[in-house]
Amino acid sequence: MADILVYSDLLTNAKELAYAGKGFAAALGMGISAAALGPNADADAAELGAYGADRVFVGKDPALEGLQTDVVAEALAQIAKEAGAEYVIIGSTRRGKELAGRLAQKLGAAAVTDAGSVVVEGSDLVASHFSYGGATVAKEKVNTPIKVFAVMPKTFEVGDVVAGAGTVVTPSLSLTPSAVKLVETKPKEGAAVNLDAADRLVCIGRGLAKKEDLPMVESLCAALGAEMGCTKSLCDWEWLSENRLVGLSGTKAKPTLYLSCGISGQVQHTVGIGTSKIIVAINKDDKAPIFAFADYGLVGDIYAVVPALTEALKKK
Amino acid sequence: MKIIVPVKTNPDLQMIRIKNREPILEAVPYKVGDLDKNSVEAALQLQAAVGDTQVVALTIAEGNRKIKDTMKEVLAMGADEAYILSDDALTAADQAGKALALAKAIEKIGGADLIVFAEGSTDNYSGQMGPRVAELLALPEIGYAKKLTVADGKLTAERGMGDLIEVLESSLPAVVTVTSEINEPRIPTLMNIMKAGKKPTTEWTLGDVGLDAAAVAPQKAVLSNLAEEQQRKNVMIEGSAEEQCAALIDALIKDGVLEA
Repeated sequence: MADILVYSDLLTNAKELAYAGKGFAAALGMGISAAALGPNADADAAELGAYGADRVFVGKDPALEGLQTDVVAEALAQIAKEAGAEYVIIGSTRRGKELAGRLAQKLGAAAVTDAGSVVVEGSDLVASHFSYGGATVAKEKVNTPIKVFAVMPKTFEVGDVVAGAGTVVTPSLSLTPSAVKLVETKPKEGAAVNLDAADRLVCIGRGLAKKEDLPMVESLCAALGAEMGCTKSLCDWEWLSENRLVGLSGTKAKPTLYLSCGISGQVQHTVGIGTSKIIVAINKDDKAPIFAFADYGLVGDIYAVVPALTEALKKK
Repeated sequence: MKIIVPVKTNPDLQMIRIKNREPILEAVPYKVGDLDKNSVEAALQLQAAVGDTQVVALTIAEGNRKIKDTMKEVLAMGADEAYILSDDALTAADQAGKALALAKAIEKIGGADLIVFAEGSTDNYSGQMGPRVAELLALPEIGYAKKLTVADGKLTAERGMGDLIEVLESSLPAVVTVTSEINEPRIPTLMNIMKAGKKPTTEWTLGDVGLDAAAVAPQKAVLSNLAEEQQRKNVMIEGSAEEQCAALIDALIKDGVLEA
């Protein structure tokens, strides 16, 4: 029997994949396996079993420490073969997306990365991802014997868990240490923030002229009871830390209220906001693509609208 | 040292219009990908830092009929020469086929000490090419570098990973992918634009790198590629800033996402 193999370097994401994978496996008449790799593999394995994996392949080879892409790709390629996997579904996290290409190449597989949806169509899984910079969504079917999908975290919901389920399998791995050496890790600047859990989210983009203007947006966040997120440019300029990044390689937010200030609406950002309940956009350019994504659009200079909104909310 | 920078040219994303959910690509000019300019700039900065280094740009035409003109921008930025893989079979190829073609071209060029990719293309952003080419050439790969140095035959890269910054090290030759935060790409001077036309540009077919159409045949089928249907209210709120804000607050209260 062919198998679906799921893996993510982030346990919460791996659980989503195991749960969704169980549904796909049932629809396609396949088995569902998960891989747990690295020093925490034993603990992760029990969780992945509970979330739906029939078999969990546990890899604790010392070469896996640090989860370097080349070693993880080799381990997963070996596990995919041992499991008889037809589909390998991994999380499109930062590490996962890097992994997808190398793993697919090892397996002679075609791959879809940054998939925002995976659905069963007939006897296949098909995946969708943004194309033309986000102007369109391409739905693709993979025709290689083994298929690799890297799926954006939070694409799938999880449901009921069954503690104690899942058989632990110890694969026969043959690994060599990574060609890449982790020399050191350094903390990033900025306090810890969890945008995943934010019920209201205010995001800022290039419309903010300088870092010194951040307090204006912070005041709005305080008045609204919102977390502050941003687009990639602001992280690139180191105005805000990467844990405030919303969109590709950042958070896929799911707030009740999302409000964008001075964001044009490039795909790299909008990919992370589509599941918001209500979207508000403030931008001085009435042609900005963000307005197509918005429930409410305010054409105006954020330097006028944001303070006005803050005051109006305080008076409410 | 020799640095090869594989770059992608893509239809100008700002010029793509949507009609009945279909992207209209006719008459849309191609340009060098924004992210690819970061990879070119990274190579040029390493060239300046290390000295005695050749920067070679490599691209696949992929339907860009004016690829030689488009690539002049990379040469004007400062790349020393350009190689163009031009073959109709590559227009339909997916990442596996294109990665194979790039790897074969890199071998034919004589290999490199360092191959610098963008973390993803500006239009499709799949991020597969760097890791795939690394695997094909059996090279170490470091993704998402936001800082790069080469010294004593070693590559050192910094990248953001979760709450941490990782400092990674690899021997050369190696593949690295860079993010947009690594640098601000230079804008070519008029003099360098003039010089670019005289720099060597070589065009190869698939056959020239030892491949045929079957070797790069697509392995994925695109079932559809359409603009998403927006399920949004798309209400534009007008008036002075104060009027806009008052109307917005009313609307949000009615929607139940703000307390009255």
